[in-house]
Amino acid sequence: MTEPEPVRTAEPDRAGASDRTSASHRTGTSDRTSTSGRTSTSDRTSTSDRTDGEAGRTSETSEPVLRLEAVRKSFGRSVVLRDVDLEVPSHTVTALIGASGSGKSTLLRCANLLEEIDDGAIFLDGEEITDPRVDPDAVRRRIGVVFQAYNLFPHMTVEQNITLAPRRVHGVSREAARERARELLERLGLADKAGEYPDRLSGGQQQRVAIVRALAARPRLLLLDEITAALDPELVGEVLGVVRDLKEDGMTMVLATHEMGFAREVADQVCFLDGGVVLERGTPQEIFGAPRQERTRRFLRRIVAAGRL
Amino acid sequence: MSAREAVAREEPGDPEGPGEPGRYVPSARRIARERFHRTRARRATAIAAVSSLVTAVVLYFVITRSPGWPRTRDTFFSAHYAREALPKVLDGLWLNVRLLVICGACVLALGLLLAVARTLRGPVFFPLRALATAYTDFFRGLPLIICLLLVVFGVPALRLQGVTSNPVLLGGAALTLTYSAYVAEVFRAGIESVHPSQRAAARSLGLSAGRTLRYVVLPQAVRRVVPPLLNDLVSLQKDTGLVSIAGAVDAVYAAQIITGKSFNYTPYVVAGLIFVALTIPMTRFTDWITARTDRRRAQGGIV
Repeated sequence: MTEPEPVRTAEPDRAGASDRTSASHRTGTSDRTSTSGRTSTSDRTSTSDRTDGEAGRTSETSEPVLRLEAVRKSFGRSVVLRDVDLEVPSHTVTALIGASGSGKSTLLRCANLLEEIDDGAIFLDGEEITDPRVDPDAVRRRIGVVFQAYNLFPHMTVEQNITLAPRRVHGVSREAARERARELLERLGLADKAGEYPDRLSGGQQQRVAIVRALAARPRLLLLDEITAALDPELVGEVLGVVRDLKEDGMTMVLATHEMGFAREVADQVCFLDGGVVLERGTPQEIFGAPRQERTRRFLRRIVAAGRL
Repeated sequence: MSAREAVAREEPGDPEGPGEPGRYVPSARRIARERFHRTRARRATAIAAVSSLVTAVVLYFVITRSPGWPRTRDTFFSAHYAREALPKVLDGLWLNVRLLVICGACVLALGLLLAVARTLRGPVFFPLRALATAYTDFFRGLPLIICLLLVVFGVPALRLQGVTSNPVLLGGAALTLTYSAYVAEVFRAGIESVHPSQRAAARSLGLSAGRTLRYVVLPQAVRRVVPPLLNDLVSLQKDTGLVSIAGAVDAVYAAQIITGKSFNYTPYVVAGLIFVALTIPMTRFTDWITARTDRRRAQGGIV
């Protein structure tokens, strides 16, 4: 299946923007060239036989990577998400905050098609992924997910964990996959752990390996589901540091988090979820500095009282 | 007790560094404690020895003083017949061993297939799933001996062209039918014991359902069920003796032939003891694997 990657058009103006971005692009160079090659071919075919698709594509310069439109999800009688709208522009970080059970994790699971939504639509790069005719595996290949409980495969070494998807799903050769894994591990300071099994690593190391695993296939979007919630306090920093670096690299991310200080620092957009509704959305300054809603204020007061902000 | 003793004995000999000033000297309290442990261990050994001896003596007298003992001894424990039976029983045993190896391999393969068929989701697989479920339900409920009789005598009665009437092959098939149903349930339990989050992680990487099963779920499932699988193989090992009812000359049938001529049951005892001797290594191996798995789990690994 060919995967259209329309937001590439947004990239040239970023490419030479700063030293940071160019450094970030270095790590993904081979990928960028290969995908841009693929995009051009798919574009060419679509001009010939899919004019309606082209019409939708003209506006894609500003098309967000992820867009949720009136998404509704319920488990039995309890409605977990109701009419959630969300836009995640390219190269930005969106933080989902809110109490436990407010729907943050469910939203991420829906975006990755691990849960089927009841109503509404989710778009990835302008393409509706909640269309039942879409192959969910092809969508998931473009999205990286990091879970709260790491979910590394315990019967595989760190390197096997990382190279599994590139080799078995993306058809990357063993050598290339291994090289990419080593490169990423090195960047995250885990070069000596490639041959270890996950149970020999600390929680922070496991979570960093999980991040590498999610990055190995060069995803378009990274979903981080409370990735520091299971960590001892002294290990939280090393994992958040990785996320900070990824932001510098221009990775588009959505993170559900309880680390308010971190959300404030790293996010471009903060969404406060309450009872399955996006109650308030804005820049970190707006949400943390001058929340408009009483519920947001109450939530933040509780967080401050708990010493988490 | 013994483990504790070993630790106690090892530790006084661990200097914190040869000749270093802070060399560890066991306190009087520790020495007293160890002395207490030693005396208690000695007492425990003595009690175990005495009680074993008493039990053995009581059993010996109960059996040898029973009114029918001289007759029983001649019929079941005759050295003469044991000598006569041993080579023939061993000859027959070779068939049991071959049956075990071949049926064991078939049982593992078929059991795994059935288990996977039962876990398949999706409407396309409904017939397969239903069939696998019906199969395991039926053959787990059917007594092995009835299954054997039906297959061994029923299949040749059909007089189908090209279908064997060899009792060994048919007996082996019957064993495979029954045991694969058991083994399928063991595998299924293993598959279901793999946490759903593992599946979610694999799917989120873009792996298809099939690849998730192959690379993530099955490797973990199989590792977990090795001890119960070995247990089923031990059971299969002795049940290969049942093919004798079909007339295949295995260890049991070899014993039966001698018994039929002489009315002496010693050959059965010989065959039974040989089966026990054969299963003991396997049982020990199972225990060892289980212990190792438990140990790894206790260390925080998920196997």
